[in-house]
Amino acid sequence: MSSANPGYHGIEAGAEIAPRQYQVTRADLVRYAGASGDFNVIHWNERIAKAVGLPDVIAHGMYTMALAGRFLTEWAGDPAAVTEYGVRFSAPVVVPDDDKGATVEVSGVVTGKLDGNKVTVDVTARSGDMKVLTRAHATVRLPGGLPQGGDPLESP
Amino acid sequence: MAIDPAYAGRTFEPSEPYEVSRVKIAEFATAIGDASPLCRDRFAAQAAGYPDVVAPPTFAIVITAADSARLIADPGLGVNYVMVVHGEQSFAYDRPLGAGDVVVAQTTIESIRQIRSMTTMATTTEIRTVDGEHVCTAHSTLVERGA
Repeated sequence: MSSANPGYHGIEAGAEIAPRQYQVTRADLVRYAGASGDFNVIHWNERIAKAVGLPDVIAHGMYTMALAGRFLTEWAGDPAAVTEYGVRFSAPVVVPDDDKGATVEVSGVVTGKLDGNKVTVDVTARSGDMKVLTRAHATVRLPGGLPQGGDPLESP
Repeated sequence: MAIDPAYAGRTFEPSEPYEVSRVKIAEFATAIGDASPLCRDRFAAQAAGYPDVVAPPTFAIVITAADSARLIADPGLGVNYVMVVHGEQSFAYDRPLGAGDVVVAQTTIESIRQIRSMTTMATTTEIRTVDGEHVCTAHSTLVERGA
């Protein structure tokens, strides 16, 4: 996979994580509502969403955060690799009632290296021309193996 | 009805114990499209060094939101949930949540602020095992939009 991380020792601040696009449909929101226990009607009922002043049904902010979290954990190769993760929900992801739904594009850049094979990452998530997550930062633990060809035991 | 600012600073009783199960982790992973075997197959998780299947980073919302729902249902607090959107969320883990963990959540309302027609409520929820091991701190800001 082109977006696979090169491991802690092979990465430097400034490295970009290849962007990924995620489709979000009404069915995804219903499934997420069930799995998360968040049944706020604005995430599945267009009539009420519009009645309370929203453009249409909107995705759970937590669903968008979860997609961006998945972006990070799939890059790290471990669903438990993200030790700190925070976001601000800057705009809703509006999900129309069609088969295509909304598109969320997530990208990331490594901003620093910490002890313990951890790196800090800034994440960007957009839907249409809106940034849907801002101030999205994470700490991600990467595999600590030695860089390719760098095994000191076999070095002269 | 607006959120009562007198609730700021209040720490609520800990939740009932929540048992993190393999089934719930797999269900949550499926719902967010995470196909990792470490969320489904305990042998794969053990091979990766975990005691059992592990949860994705936003899984803690299942526990913290259930606890927040208790607060939001408090008629004295006065939250109009259909007008609520999520403002901010963060998680800091001491270690991953995994199947077999039995945890309690305890929430403190840090602040309640009126900004024009909106009210924001910031909370901190601490997740600990029933044995007292701290696992995760979650911060959340909910925004109640004006009518």
